[in-house]
Amino acid sequence: MEQQTFYYDNKIVKLFAYATILWGVVGLLVGLIAALQLAFPIFNFNLSYVTFGRIRPIHTNAIIFAFVGNAIFTGAYYSIQRLLKARMFNDFLSKFNFWGWQFIIVSAAVTFALGYTTGKEYAELEWPIDLMVALVWVAFGVNMIGTIIKRREQHIYVAIWFYLASFLAVAILHVVNSIEIPVHFMKSYIVYAGVQDAVVQWWYGHNAVAFFLTTPYLGLMYYFLPKAANRPVYSYRLSIVHFWALIFIYMWAGPHHLLYQALPDWAQSLGVTFSVMLIAPSWGGMVNGLMTLRGAWDKVRDSAILKFMVVAVTGYGMSTFEGPLLSLKNVNALSHFTDWTIAHVHIGGLAWNGFLAFGMLYWLIPKLFRTKLYSDKQANIHFWLGTLGILFYAVPLYWAAFTQTLMWKEFTAEGILAYPNFMETVTQLIPMYITRVLGGTLYFTGAILMVYNLIKTIQSGSIEENEEAHAPALAETSKLRLAGETIHRWLERKPVQFTIWIAIAVIVGGAVEIIPMMMIKSNVPTIESVKPYTPLELEGRDIYVREGCYTCHSQMVRPFRSETERYGEYSKVGEFVYDHPYQWGSRRMGPDLARSGVVTGKMYKTDSWHFNHMLDPRKMVKNSMMPAYPWLIKDDLSTDYTAKKISVMQTLGVPYPEGYAEKAVDDLKKQAETIAAGLKANGIDVSPSKEIIALIAYIQRLGVDITKQAGEVKAETEEVVIDFTPLTDAESVTAGEAVYVKNCVACHGAAGNIDGTGLVGPALFDTIYIHGNTPNDVFKVTSEGVPAKGMQAWKHLLPKKELDQVVSFVLNYKK
Amino acid sequence: MSAIFVAMGASFFVAVIFLILYLFSVKKGQFDDTYTPSVRILFDENDEIQTENKQIETNINNSNEKQE
Repeated sequence: MEQQTFYYDNKIVKLFAYATILWGVVGLLVGLIAALQLAFPIFNFNLSYVTFGRIRPIHTNAIIFAFVGNAIFTGAYYSIQRLLKARMFNDFLSKFNFWGWQFIIVSAAVTFALGYTTGKEYAELEWPIDLMVALVWVAFGVNMIGTIIKRREQHIYVAIWFYLASFLAVAILHVVNSIEIPVHFMKSYIVYAGVQDAVVQWWYGHNAVAFFLTTPYLGLMYYFLPKAANRPVYSYRLSIVHFWALIFIYMWAGPHHLLYQALPDWAQSLGVTFSVMLIAPSWGGMVNGLMTLRGAWDKVRDSAILKFMVVAVTGYGMSTFEGPLLSLKNVNALSHFTDWTIAHVHIGGLAWNGFLAFGMLYWLIPKLFRTKLYSDKQANIHFWLGTLGILFYAVPLYWAAFTQTLMWKEFTAEGILAYPNFMETVTQLIPMYITRVLGGTLYFTGAILMVYNLIKTIQSGSIEENEEAHAPALAETSKLRLAGETIHRWLERKPVQFTIWIAIAVIVGGAVEIIPMMMIKSNVPTIESVKPYTPLELEGRDIYVREGCYTCHSQMVRPFRSETERYGEYSKVGEFVYDHPYQWGSRRMGPDLARSGVVTGKMYKTDSWHFNHMLDPRKMVKNSMMPAYPWLIKDDLSTDYTAKKISVMQTLGVPYPEGYAEKAVDDLKKQAETIAAGLKANGIDVSPSKEIIALIAYIQRLGVDITKQAGEVKAETEEVVIDFTPLTDAESVTAGEAVYVKNCVACHGAAGNIDGTGLVGPALFDTIYIHGNTPNDVFKVTSEGVPAKGMQAWKHLLPKKELDQVVSFVLNYKK
Repeated sequence: MSAIFVAMGASFFVAVIFLILYLFSVKKGQFDDTYTPSVRILFDENDEIQTENKQIETNINNSNEKQE
């Protein structure tokens, strides 16, 4: 056979490798900031661009799509050419892939910081960037498939199969999960609502892990691990078997993210079943990777590269065992909404994705630059720093998860929540969060060491951007497009490629055409009392999404006694039919907000409480880790797009009356003025045009509709007329103190206590009362009680005189 | 709950594509040889560690002979 000469494109590999290193450092640094913010809220800097709610999406997206994404491209562009004995199909597509991807990353970082987000985890990008992602991803696919077509090696090595499956699956997932209707250039509403959105989101979210963080990485493992160990993979047959098994099963496991939530049982069971089945093919990969080193473990002792890869594969095995475990309903009941999930993904992220990328870079960079690694010793130090980092990160978080979930669920012998104050279950975790920062710092330091080591390596060598290679042509010349043949005729002769392109065309076309129609029809409320949001509430909801509140607050009360006791009635499917996007959340760093607007509920706070809390959370809840949101009080709410938002919602099937869009702004202003007037009555002077008003309106709406259905909100029982003037004579105040010590201390803390932490009831000696600040308000709460929250009606327990004295004591206390 | 049918439909569609790809590749003889490809990737003509590779190759050949 005639020997052909061709050139590998090493330049594109180099560029992707540089990008991997750069974004790796950036992504880790942002993660470190996020960890700091949770341990010390001061690191939110009272600055909108860098509050946790915006930092977290930047961190997750930077790690997944920037760091891991570029690592995938680096490894794929290097190995595809060598495995197929061909240069990449098209140099322009390679460059477009590279620069397009970097452009996406930069736009993502900027838009997230500015608060442009769809509010769907790992799919936060707004629609113009979503389109860019689709375009660049398809360019990568065309480039890869083109290279497969013009290959000089008949056999397609298993790594390529992994890349191919990843390309196909991610393309489809991305399209289906991103069907949005634009409001303006940087705002859109997803076509799915509530539970529909949750299902599609986690079908996507789970598969982002499967087909972005896992399958392409298995491809990298199957190429770079044998290369670095210089021995063939343990069982090539196993690699093929577990590849096909893995890709057939992975797609079905998504619903395990929604166990015990408002989703039909059969759908939950489907997800659980497939998740458990996933152990087998996943461990096939792990076993195959580790066994490749059989008889070569002595090499692992000396080689940092192999050490990285061994820990990576072990991490993969651990998280793919843990994943199915977390998918079991009884485990999930404990683990969900806690740091367990965070620890789980970081075993995958730090060990599997991070360490495999590091191992690959340490192997690849010297190879590309035809030199030796600058310092093996530093690489080994990096390995140990990284490994320690993973331990210091994960172990405290597992600890935190168990601590918090057990505290949430503990009841006293009397059958009331042992830790009714949510904040208690958070302050308990702070030491663990500080240790996590240490873990992250170790890991980050290791990465910096790698950057230095690799720069030194690069400086000592030189790259051959177009590396000469030789291989005989493939026997089947008919694979090539014949002269004069139309593209379609050529495609027709190629069933595989033809199938792929047809599939992509059908999916994109079908998804965009059919899905919105189906979804809009399906938004029929099943609970009659559930009504669309008012324009002000809708704007408030958009602020809630913009600030990333969903990163810390759930809106999903699961049907457990520990949750219904703490938050109120459990969540129903029918409550969410107008929620574009859904905001159920996945982690409770703060309490659940699904019932925060129910006046008689356990979570209710007044408008003025919310106002003060947004301004300075620690003034209202000592030790709170929530960032302050002073700009919400300063900034005017933009109503430029309110009408457009309403009409987009109408397109999506939300039943606003015909022509309501034009009246929306008037209604918005009216409602805002009511809220501002209410705040003014409580001594807070704020213009109704501010953003905070809209956010308060939204929070106070949550859970309200469903309680109307249940008839829980009854008309105020006969209005009690109270006319109370605090006593000021020393005798009465002293007597009041005695009454206080005898009756109130147990729940409200010692006299003078201004710290609500650890108390059953709120602190009484700060300047703000939840139920109003006037003497009459305070007296009313004391005498009538707040039965829903456990406050007794003391008029039945104390003589009128003692009641007067104790209230006077509290009000007269020097503040 | 139509969304879950969308997700399942799309998953099923992908599975069918994978199945077609699988059947086609089996027919094309892609998986007839489940050993050589794993060794072949270790031999790149421009690799500096080729001498080491050669050593491995002889080792493998030896072990193959033993197996036979």
